[in-house]
Amino acid sequence: MAIITENKDESCIIMTLSWEVKLPPIIEVQSLSKHFQVPEREKGLKAAVKSLLKRKYRIVKAVDEVSFSIQPDEVVGFLGPNGAGKTTTLKMLSGLLHPTRGTLKVLGFEPAKRQYDYFRQMTLVMGNRNQLSWDLPALDSFELQRAIYAIPDEKFKKTLNEFIELLELKDLVHKPIRNLSLGERMKMEIVGALLHSPKVLFLDEPTIGLDVTMQRRIRSFISDYNQRYGATVLLTSHYMADVEALCKRVIVIHHGRILFDGELSALVDRFSAYKTVGITLEDSSIDLSAYGEIMDRDGSRVTLRVPKSTTSEVTARLLTDLQVDDLTVEDPPIEDVIEHVFSIPAETEK
Amino acid sequence: MRRYLDIYRTMMKVSILEQLQYPVANYFYMIGMIAEPIIYLVVWSTVATQQGGSINGLTPQYFAAYYIVWTLVRNMNIVFTPYGWEWRIREGQFSMSLLKPMHPLHGDIAYFAGWKVVVIVLWLPLALVLSVIFKPDLDPTIQEGIVFFVAIWGAYLIRTFTLTVLGLISFWTTRVSALFELYFAAELILSGRLVPMSLMPDWVRKLAWFFPFQWTFGFPIESLVGDLPVNQLLLGLGMQLLWIVIGIGSVSILWRFAVRRYSAVGG
Repeated sequence: MAIITENKDESCIIMTLSWEVKLPPIIEVQSLSKHFQVPEREKGLKAAVKSLLKRKYRIVKAVDEVSFSIQPDEVVGFLGPNGAGKTTTLKMLSGLLHPTRGTLKVLGFEPAKRQYDYFRQMTLVMGNRNQLSWDLPALDSFELQRAIYAIPDEKFKKTLNEFIELLELKDLVHKPIRNLSLGERMKMEIVGALLHSPKVLFLDEPTIGLDVTMQRRIRSFISDYNQRYGATVLLTSHYMADVEALCKRVIVIHHGRILFDGELSALVDRFSAYKTVGITLEDSSIDLSAYGEIMDRDGSRVTLRVPKSTTSEVTARLLTDLQVDDLTVEDPPIEDVIEHVFSIPAETEK
Repeated sequence: MRRYLDIYRTMMKVSILEQLQYPVANYFYMIGMIAEPIIYLVVWSTVATQQGGSINGLTPQYFAAYYIVWTLVRNMNIVFTPYGWEWRIREGQFSMSLLKPMHPLHGDIAYFAGWKVVVIVLWLPLALVLSVIFKPDLDPTIQEGIVFFVAIWGAYLIRTFTLTVLGLISFWTTRVSALFELYFAAELILSGRLVPMSLMPDWVRKLAWFFPFQWTFGFPIESLVGDLPVNQLLLGLGMQLLWIVIGIGSVSILWRFAVRRYSAVGG
């Protein structure tokens, strides 16, 4: 970890390098819960009339006793199926929702207090929400962002030009937002959300609905921003390519509770009971079902699914029994692992 | 302070630019809105003529002046309604505004203020046409003109704050529009919107003193057309200021509780 201390009074810059210093976390969440009281009733007229007199409520634990911390400049993937509690957590972290219980601190602020100094240092990008004026070119909306965040003119111009160049927006910033494609609009939204150079980014499905090329462009921009500005990023996405490209660490939330918090590779180790064995044989007619579940066969190339505990034994047998041209052992695709994790029922987690 | 001036200036500019995208739609909207005062004008002018030329001393020419100025005051009075609040809270559209380092109400006030600039410009030819048709008795002094200019912005702020208070109730129930209908009915009777307050029964005029409505319609109009004495003009501006202060106070108190309730699903 490199720490740079700038002493402006003495007009000198002191650089101290320390590779073992652990900085205090930027985001610290402890036993965070958000419960919603939701009215419910049976179907039909009788139940509707009855509910007028006596209303029944159910408590929905959207987020339940969640704890984690995130270090400066970390990029963390926040994964979970729909309704797992990801967006609710992001909303509490950003200051939109008040927690029912627990404590959270971001950049030393309590988001629920909604301090403007906090809002100046963070941003929340929601893939399905727009903040730019639909009828005007993005430049007009960016100008409004400049005024709201009191960004000095010079800094504003420099940052904007930098972002326009990075995202190749030169020809688009003069067009009304309504005339842009979904991907182009999303790029503009991201620029608008980052113009004030926030230190913490909460990104909720930033690539939702975009084509593969646009997803890649936005991923690369986020990664670039993280490196240039040392920003901390908490990202939710249903696209594993986003997570694999950006996040070394992932937090998996399911039914409002943390199911996993660690490195992406460790997630695969923990939740995948299988390995994928790819084998190319000289004789493609041989039946390999005795070695594992056949997932795919493409000419002489066969892909097997083998229980993790027997992988070494099976590969040894394959090499001994058969005339093998090529053999590979891989973890299953991250999508498969995540699908498996998301299918775990609530009771099992507890 | 300088920062807020910059925000207001830029937001008003954005609003004006947006309105200029749809000038024809804006004009049609304004023309559609004059149906209401024209009906009132025709009805009261006819009644005045049938009663020998005036009602309580108000002539058809006075009514013409009253309702032509009404069209501008009404347009100045358009603010973000509880319908809008209901929509933006229910749909989660408010989330982004809530994360800005400023109170979202600044955005609303500045945005609609920018719109008003366009409205005033669009209103001038419309008022000219109406004047040619209805021949109003309108000869304001410079003093009345200045008070009117201040009063229409005062009316705008009062209505912004009162409807924001109603809108904030959307944080508790997303069906606040029913309450707005009630507000609208009271405003129609107690504001001078339906008829000049001087034609209302005594008890209605007394009741109107307890509400902000007449300072958003009747007073601004009469400050220009009513030949009010200076003390009445100052009283009117003073009452507007009082209701603005009450409005700011009410919004501030309610906001603290309301924002804790924000729970737009999926937004």
